[in-house]
Amino acid sequence: MTWGTVAAFWSDYTLRTVAAGAAVIGATAGVLGVFAQLRRQSLLGDAVSHAALPGIALVFLLTGSKAPAALVAGAAVTGWLGALCVTGIVRSSRTSADSALGLVLSVFFGTGLMLLTWIQRRPDASQAGLDRFLFGQAATLLTADVVTMAALGGGAVLVLVLFWKEFKLLSFDPGYAALLGLPVRRLDILLTGLLVMAVVAGLQAVGVVLMSAMLVAPAAAARQWTDRLAPMAVLAAAFGAAAGVAGAVASSLAARTPTGPAVVLAATVIVLFSLVFSPRRGLLAGAWRRWRRRRDLRLHGVLLDLFALAGQHGDPTAAPHAVAVLRAMAAGGSVRRSLRELTDRGWAAHAGGDLWTITAAGRGEAERFLADRAADGQREAAP
Amino acid sequence: MTPRNAPSSPAAPHTGAGLAVAVHDLTVAYRDKPVLWDVDLEVPPGLLLAVVGPNGAGKSTLLKAILGLVPAAAGTVLIHGEPLARARDRIGYVPQRGSVDWDFPTSALDVVTMGTYRRLGWVRRPGRREREDALAALERVGMAAFADRQISQLSGGQQQRVFLARALVQDTDVTFMDEPFQGVDAVTERAIVDLLKDLRARGRTVVVVHHDLQTVPDYFDWVMLLNVRRIASGPVAEVFTEENLRLTYGGRLGFLERKADPTPGPGGHDDPTASHFGRIRP
Repeated sequence: MTWGTVAAFWSDYTLRTVAAGAAVIGATAGVLGVFAQLRRQSLLGDAVSHAALPGIALVFLLTGSKAPAALVAGAAVTGWLGALCVTGIVRSSRTSADSALGLVLSVFFGTGLMLLTWIQRRPDASQAGLDRFLFGQAATLLTADVVTMAALGGGAVLVLVLFWKEFKLLSFDPGYAALLGLPVRRLDILLTGLLVMAVVAGLQAVGVVLMSAMLVAPAAAARQWTDRLAPMAVLAAAFGAAAGVAGAVASSLAARTPTGPAVVLAATVIVLFSLVFSPRRGLLAGAWRRWRRRRDLRLHGVLLDLFALAGQHGDPTAAPHAVAVLRAMAAGGSVRRSLRELTDRGWAAHAGGDLWTITAAGRGEAERFLADRAADGQREAAP
Repeated sequence: MTPRNAPSSPAAPHTGAGLAVAVHDLTVAYRDKPVLWDVDLEVPPGLLLAVVGPNGAGKSTLLKAILGLVPAAAGTVLIHGEPLARARDRIGYVPQRGSVDWDFPTSALDVVTMGTYRRLGWVRRPGRREREDALAALERVGMAAFADRQISQLSGGQQQRVFLARALVQDTDVTFMDEPFQGVDAVTERAIVDLLKDLRARGRTVVVVHHDLQTVPDYFDWVMLLNVRRIASGPVAEVFTEENLRLTYGGRLGFLERKADPTPGPGGHDDPTASHFGRIRP
């Protein structure tokens, strides 16, 4: 991207508005998504966003208004109702959480679709555009919409930061939180309320169907990079904002492309990259660790063989042994390659021809390795 | 059914005066199955009490009901003569290790600092003093070197000691521990025993759900035998008898049978307690 494009981007009112709105949505959903994920409630956001659809349709049916604030208020009310239904069903019946989520999601969303279809069949043209709430249309965002979103999202994040330690304890150990006298039920309801705010703030731009991806993906990606809560929240906000901007701008540049799917694709790229490349939890790091462990095992096997052979002689470092002998002792793998790698580390030395010998450093390493093993054995033997 | 070998109460259980913990007529039911039935417990201050009983006897539920974490169908609980709502500053709790997600993104020090949240009150963040207190508590359980470790990178015993340190930071008169010895290494077991003795020496009361009958006489002053109902409670020397254990465990007391008699004893499946309550929670 050249500077000219960047300049054009910033001078374009629509793109600037779209990018700002998407960033606000992504950051808010990212932060709230962290708590949803840690409390194993990621799918509650999905139920909430789908449950918001009938609220949007009802507000339009009752008032005829398409003002963002009114529609968002309707979305918040039914989204919130959906969340209450889920927790209510779980608490008062034997239905499991996933069944309750599925039930609420499909019933509310089905109702919303019915209302929407009915609205669209009406003869007047004023209903046009309501279906953008299904898959999102960031290109339709106005400054006023972005201000509404920023107020909603900013408010939610502010409350979250204010009660940070309470929400952290609630998420980690709700029983202990209750013991300390925290009103666990009310905090739970408040946190769910913040989740609802984050979800409805993003509905116009991202849509009810895929809004939950904004909750799930940034948090999942952020968890890969850090082992602390606050950095995880900051990272999730950054990832969410990046995915939001990338998706929204892409959909605005290509005519009539819904934003929701574009945002989901952008978020997926971030998640996949994090899953593969993160330093500690990533797939590559895991493969690298496994490979090193196997190599260490193979090298130490040959080293210990050399050590045992040397121990049979008076002068341990002076007695070279043939590769064939070591190969007979080895469990597997290329003995010659292991010997070369041991020589690189200074633990073995080539004594000419097919003969190899252990060095003083190699003896030290073998003794240290055996001592470690003995200590491990003692620890494991302890009850 | 009257509790056998119940000690003469050192104080009136209804007022709980002079008692660290006074539980009266506590009944808890999950759905319609009773888990605890009409349980009384009186614990004088400054001693270590073990709660023992078979799986499903309601030991953890007893702790949770005392702490108000599960609703009681009936009964009263007094901590140092006060109801729970006014005694929150005096009670600590070490839950079972399996009750939380150890992959939570937080450090050992952070978890221990949670013990200071109550005194901090709403909104205020833990500062330097809270972190120092938490570090001192980690030191007491031999875990100071692991303060910055992510909690999933700790062994089971180390995780248990982190939970203990969190209760220590609260510095409470009464501490409830749910199976702290479950699956821990020898170092941790030693650390817990030392800690219990230290707490007792400072006049604190500790109620411990315990599963290892062999160590009860070594580690504890008092014992409560529980199987849905209270079978007995009192000083170990008086109450921890083979007869009471048979009443508590029914025919499942492998530990005693190995020691005494290879064939099922008189308290086998004919035992009224075992057959009756075995049906309630298999």
